[in-house]
Amino acid sequence: MEMYRSHVLVCAGAGCISSACKSVQSALLEHIEENGLTGEVKVVETGCMGPCDLGPVVMVFPDGVFYRRLKPEDAAEIVSEHLLKGKVVTRLLHRPAGNDKQVAGFDQLDFFKKQTRIALRNTGVINPESVEEYIARDGYRALGKALSQMTPAEVVEAIKESGLRGRGGAGFPTGLKWEFTARAPGHPKYVVCNADEGDPGAFMDRSILEGDPHSVLEAMAICGYAIGANRGYIYVRAEYPLAVDRLEIAIGKAREYGLLGDNIFGTDFGFDIEIRVGAGAFVCGEETALLASIEGKRGEPRPKPPFPAQAGLWGKPTVINNVETLANIPPVILNGPRWFAGIGTEKSKGTKVFALAGKVNNTGLVEVPMGTTLREIIFDIGGGIPAGKKFKAVQTGGPSGGCIPEDYLDTPVDYESLTKLGTIMGSGGMIIVDEETCMVDLAKFFLEFVQEESCGKCAPCRIGTKRMLEILERITAGNGRNGDIELLEELSAGIKNSALCGLGQTAPNPVLSTLRYFRDEYEAHIRDKKCPAGACQALLTYYINAKSCQGCGLCSKVCPAEAIIGEKKKPHVIDTDKCIKCGTCKQKCKFDAIITV
Amino acid sequence: MSLINLTIDGVQVQAVPGTSVLEAAGQAGIKIPTLCYLKEINEIGSCRICLVEVEGARTLQASCVTPVTEGMVVRTNTPEVRQARKLNLELIMSNHPQECLICPRSTNCELQQLAAELGISELRFTGAMSPYEPDFSSPSLVRDPRKCILCRRCVSVCENVQQVSAIAPQERGFDTVVAPAFLEPLGNAACVNCGQCALVCPTAAIHEKDQTGEVWAALADPEKHVVVQTAPAVRVSIGEMFGAEPGRVATGQLVAALRKLGFDRVFDTDFTADLTIMEEGSELIKRLQEGGTLPLITSCSPGWIKFIEHFYPDLLPHLSTCKSPQQMFGALAKTYYAQKAGIDPSNIFVVSIMPCTAKKFEAGREEMNGSGHRDVDVALTTRELGKMLKEAGIDFNSLAEEEYDSPLGISTGAGVIFGSTGGVMEAALRTAYELVTGETLPDLEFHAVRGLEGVKETSVNLNGTTLNVAVAHGLANAREILERVSGGQEYHFIEIMCCPGGCIGGGGQPIPTDREIRARRAAGIYDADRAMPLRKSHENPAVQALYKEFLGEPLGHKSHELLHTHYLARQKY
Repeated sequence: MEMYRSHVLVCAGAGCISSACKSVQSALLEHIEENGLTGEVKVVETGCMGPCDLGPVVMVFPDGVFYRRLKPEDAAEIVSEHLLKGKVVTRLLHRPAGNDKQVAGFDQLDFFKKQTRIALRNTGVINPESVEEYIARDGYRALGKALSQMTPAEVVEAIKESGLRGRGGAGFPTGLKWEFTARAPGHPKYVVCNADEGDPGAFMDRSILEGDPHSVLEAMAICGYAIGANRGYIYVRAEYPLAVDRLEIAIGKAREYGLLGDNIFGTDFGFDIEIRVGAGAFVCGEETALLASIEGKRGEPRPKPPFPAQAGLWGKPTVINNVETLANIPPVILNGPRWFAGIGTEKSKGTKVFALAGKVNNTGLVEVPMGTTLREIIFDIGGGIPAGKKFKAVQTGGPSGGCIPEDYLDTPVDYESLTKLGTIMGSGGMIIVDEETCMVDLAKFFLEFVQEESCGKCAPCRIGTKRMLEILERITAGNGRNGDIELLEELSAGIKNSALCGLGQTAPNPVLSTLRYFRDEYEAHIRDKKCPAGACQALLTYYINAKSCQGCGLCSKVCPAEAIIGEKKKPHVIDTDKCIKCGTCKQKCKFDAIITV
Repeated sequence: MSLINLTIDGVQVQAVPGTSVLEAAGQAGIKIPTLCYLKEINEIGSCRICLVEVEGARTLQASCVTPVTEGMVVRTNTPEVRQARKLNLELIMSNHPQECLICPRSTNCELQQLAAELGISELRFTGAMSPYEPDFSSPSLVRDPRKCILCRRCVSVCENVQQVSAIAPQERGFDTVVAPAFLEPLGNAACVNCGQCALVCPTAAIHEKDQTGEVWAALADPEKHVVVQTAPAVRVSIGEMFGAEPGRVATGQLVAALRKLGFDRVFDTDFTADLTIMEEGSELIKRLQEGGTLPLITSCSPGWIKFIEHFYPDLLPHLSTCKSPQQMFGALAKTYYAQKAGIDPSNIFVVSIMPCTAKKFEAGREEMNGSGHRDVDVALTTRELGKMLKEAGIDFNSLAEEEYDSPLGISTGAGVIFGSTGGVMEAALRTAYELVTGETLPDLEFHAVRGLEGVKETSVNLNGTTLNVAVAHGLANAREILERVSGGQEYHFIEIMCCPGGCIGGGGQPIPTDREIRARRAAGIYDADRAMPLRKSHENPAVQALYKEFLGEPLGHKSHELLHTHYLARQKY
């Protein structure tokens, strides 16, 4: 085996790839070669390390130095200074918000320090295209242990005992799901991995698939052994081409090494996996729609019962687990269910991966023990709200979830507490909004999304969400009517109570939760025709602050409605009757003289 | 099997496992409103009207797709349930044009009826409407997506009962529309025009192409000699348009009504049904004797013909070359009848009253002009005739019975039974037996080929030769038989009808048409047969005269020109 004195880990998660990490990597390799370090320093392309906002990011081991926002031209210095002379390049280090100094070690950064990485144990650490690196990190040992030392029933029992619950949204106990399927009559049985992650702003599953694909394959094989299935399908959305590529490489390698296929580890057990690529429908994340799609039918939910455990893929008993759920399986088997159950809260065991997005300093991917408070996640790990703005709310659970206002920031995050607050854990998206976000507009955004993504099968979801959206559209356009709030409430209750599938039943949640915590904003829009956050264009009135206006005339030049008049070098005025509220003048004004009320 | 005990609205109910809550409630006399539900055909829970409260369930449940479970407690009439049903109906109505007064399904619309039943008195929700325009491209059917409530009954019928799958949901969300793939016009799709979709549509989102205007115009034209033919199945269903019980035989009133409308001659398709037996029977005997392609498969049903053309073109040589009775009639009306009556055939206008929407397509097929003219000018459905009679103020049920005109109105019981599945086979057997054996049939009713079972098989001994025959109705069953034929199963003669139940269940028949109504109409057909003095096609004196005076012999040169046709291999896509 070749030994290297230093490893340079280059994050090649989708976020870093889009900020051009590949050219940073080539530059590093070039300079390493130029400096004759090729045999001493190994550059490893890893999956997502998490702090996406800082990309491209690189970690240099053994010292664990974390460099961020690199450009190809920084490579020379990292090689000549750090790799050759052992001197950390301070200017490329991260300075967390509120710190006055740059921090070198990744383990000194709150972002990493406060995390517990189980599902993400290998993501950002190993080369996802190398099965050897996965094996070196205990990969496939759990499968070996299950096959050689445990009966299928013991595997099911271990998963039950661990308390692991589904990470895809509803939080159903994974062990129970496996048990129902194992016991269900019918053959063959199937294991399906739901990798159709689709919540806006969520990329937990994508990062695992891209960063540690073997963990999912290993878990599926363990599940197959436990329930008596020999075939698995990964249903992954077409929008994740990198994940599909890395899965394909991983499946190929696993087959080559005998970790998939017949007689795994010399036993009678055989298991193989196929990839099915989704065609871009959010509803296919719903398990019965997903199964229909694998079967080649239109991706639409069907009524339950029967549940997939009884009649799933092609009418056969089927376990459907989400990517993150599966990524937890090998460590549970390897370290034992009690170890896992020791992490988290009473009813929510283990950790949860969250994708931080929106108005937060450290957007990216984090994994924390269940029970961590929202404040810790958003302010300690997430680094708080940028630009000195005020936190307003956090939306969890994507379009099926709801928002949580500041008063509840100390809530420990687990399935039950979030439900109590009117939202859900969901798959782990966390969108943070600040004072400049209009909550009616936010609800409208999510409703637009579900409206677009409704499969169109059942009437309440297909038409009901459309009518709700139309009401929200008129409210944010300043045409809200008395009674609109009550109409929204009635429609929400009706749709929740009567839609066919989870998508429809949860579609009104963003409206209900914003109504619960921010009803006054709705009222202001309807009654006063004002948007308190100043976000709804149609409700703004534009004025020029005469004190700041220098009379440069730029605003009047760019105004498409010819609504701004004034003499040169004298304060200008906006004719509010003519103003179409497009905001161009405000954008162009160099003196911040244009204000909105 | 042990029964399942449950409570519905406080009443103890027992049901067999697998029963839905909706059915169990029905058995207990509790009515739950439904809209998308169509027993055994469309049980998908999409409209969310049949909601009920099930104790312990997180949300309300669609009773049509919720199976009963032991100890289940169901409430069908709580304020919450009623409110949810009403809200969902209001939402459906908010995307439905409020055109009831000018709608072809007015007073026979399930949506209209449900709105009345649930007491909707206000349109509280307005907003965007379905963006799709009506599709007039098909010669048989009009799709009007604006009126579609996406219950998907049509999709289920087309996909499961007929296994044609010409229409399916396209797009998604509010833009979802039932249409051919890639939103192609129906006229370009592999649609067989059977109209089963129209028969199950609760609104007017799919309906027959209305051609009553053309018929009114012909009737009003003094130059035109307008003759009409009536299909066998119409006489047992037309009464339903005027409130009569399904299956009541109203042949004489039908004739009287058509005369009142102003048709110059009222003839019967049963006449050419008898003629079909002569031609097709001869074709069968010829193929048997000369080693032609067997099994021979009937060709009366235009939906079936288009089906085999699209989906099994390799098997086209099995089809009888006989035109359907409708088309034989048209060809003879413009030749034999024209000669006899001394009328210029270009002035003869042939109208047919059919239980069928595919007949409209068939009448327009390019090759259907053996007379030198278009054989049939307009094919109307039973429903269109009903409308014309209503418009003319004809009180159908009080009409005195009248007789068909001769000679094209003279028929036997064998012609009548063409209207029901198994009828063509039975009529053929009656004639073939006597022609081959030279003996009189001891019992001319072949019960093995009657009834609503999907595929029926029997064997008949003809002078020591065993004839294996099969009958299928509904295209899923047709597919099954064709697969058996392809698999080498030995048959000699097969009857296939496109629609479930045969023509009595045709896509042009009165709405509703369900399994029970089909059975009653079939019973009417066999009543009509028994009431006929002659019950074997070869005994029809008018058919005998036709051969003597005009055609010569079955399969002769004139027959070939006027009564036989050829087929076209079509694409699936």
